[in-house]
Amino acid sequence: MDVVIIKYNAGNIESVRNALARLGVDACITGDHARIRAADRVIFPGVGEAATTMAYLKREGLDLLLPRLTQPVLGICLGLQLMCSYSEEGDTPCLGIFDERVQRFRPAPDREHADKVPHIGWNNIARLRSPLFDGMADDGYVYFVHSYYAATGEHTAAVTDYIVPFSAALHRDNFYATQFHPEKSGTVGAKILSNFLKL
Amino acid sequence: MLAKRIIPCLDIKDGQTVKGINFVNIKSVGDPVELGALYAEQGADELVFLDITATHEGRKTFVELVKRIARELNIPFTVGGGISELRDADALLCAGADKISINSSAVRNPNLIDEMAQHFGSQFVVTAIDAKNYDGVWTVTVNGGRIPTDRELFSWAKEAENRGAGEILFTSMDHDGTKNGFANVELARMTGMLKIPVIASGGAGSMQHFRDVFTLGNADAGLAASIFHYREISIPDLKTYLRNNGITVR
Repeated sequence: MDVVIIKYNAGNIESVRNALARLGVDACITGDHARIRAADRVIFPGVGEAATTMAYLKREGLDLLLPRLTQPVLGICLGLQLMCSYSEEGDTPCLGIFDERVQRFRPAPDREHADKVPHIGWNNIARLRSPLFDGMADDGYVYFVHSYYAATGEHTAAVTDYIVPFSAALHRDNFYATQFHPEKSGTVGAKILSNFLKL
Repeated sequence: MLAKRIIPCLDIKDGQTVKGINFVNIKSVGDPVELGALYAEQGADELVFLDITATHEGRKTFVELVKRIARELNIPFTVGGGISELRDADALLCAGADKISINSSAVRNPNLIDEMAQHFGSQFVVTAIDAKNYDGVWTVTVNGGRIPTDRELFSWAKEAENRGAGEILFTSMDHDGTKNGFANVELARMTGMLKIPVIASGGAGSMQHFRDVFTLGNADAGLAASIFHYREISIPDLKTYLRNNGITVR
C-alpha cells in the first residue's frame, strides 16, 4: 500500500512513519503534489503553530490540494485543527474540510490549577462513531498533547471530556482526523492506524 | 478522565542505562531500548531518557539511540541532558523525541525556554528543576544537583511557566535516592501555583508513595527509576493499586 505522510516545515513526523513501520507499512514523507494525489492513503500530521503552518501550506499550494483529495486522509493533532474551518490560534482561517471551529482551552478561574493547559497525557475516548474505531469499545485511553481543541459538531466521531467535551476525532466522507496521537497511543493507537489502512 | 501518569526514567551514559543513587555510584542496569519497550508493554505512560554523558562522542551516540527508541516505542518519550541550544533540541526532535527537557542550561540562560517554546511549541518543552532545601530555602541546583544557584524553587518554576514551559519536572534532591516518598508538601505548593502539569521526581520507594504524590502532592505524573529498574515495583501492580485507591490511571 502506498501511504504518504505530508511533509511539514517543522515537527516530529518521523514518529508517524515509525508507527506505520511497526504495522509493516513503509510510508513516504513528501510534499510533492503528484505523489500525494496518487497515494492510497494520505496522513496529514501536525505539530506546531496554526498560523505559521497554514502559511506554509499556502506557500506550497497544499491548502488547495488537501481538500480535493479523494482517497482516505487522516489528520493528526494540529492536522485535525487545520482541517477545521477556523482556529483561534493566530486568528487563522483553516482548510474548512470540517465545519467545526478550534479554540483554546479556558479553565474556569477557580479551576486554573486543576485543569491544566496544555492537556497532556492519556484520556479516554467515547461516543465512537467512525470506521476508524472498528472493533473498539468506548473509553479506551489515547495520548493527547494540545492547548487548542475542536468543538463538537456534526462531524464529531469521538468525544473526550477535558474542561469541556470536545472532538477527539472528526470524520466526513474520506476525511478522518484525530486530536490525539495514534502513533503514540500504545496498542489502542496501533489499532486505529491499522483500521485507517483497512478503510 | 485524564489519567495520572507513571513515568520510568532511564539515565543514559554512553548508550547504556544507569541509575545513580543520589547521582553518584553509577551502576549499569541494562539496554535502554529493551528496557523502554518492556516498560511500554507493562503500561508505562511515558518514558524519560536523560543523557548524562558529557562528551561530544557520547552525544552523537545518544542521538542514534533516540532514533532506535523512536522506532521501537509506541508511547511518548522525553529526552534531556546537555541540551543548551535550539539545534540540540532540533536534532533530538528530528530523531523522534516527543519532548525535550532542559535543566541547567535554562537556569543559566532563561531565555532558552522562550526560544524553545516559540520554535517548537510549549508542549515540547519540559523544564526540569533539581532543588534542595538549604536552611529552609528551596534552592535550585545545577550540574546534577551539585551546585546551588541563587534561584528559589517556586519563583523559578513560575518564571519557567511564564516563559513558555509546557511542563515542570521537579526533582527534590533531598528526597532523590532515599525511597522515603516524594516531596509532597513542596509539590502541593507548586501544583497550587502553576497552570501547567508537574511531574514529581525523587523519593519513590513504595506504591503508597505514588498514591500520596497524586493525592497529597497533586502531581500530574510520578517519575521513578531504580524501583522499576530493580523490579521492586511492577508497573501493572502499581496501576492496580492506584486504581483500587480511587486514582484514575490508564
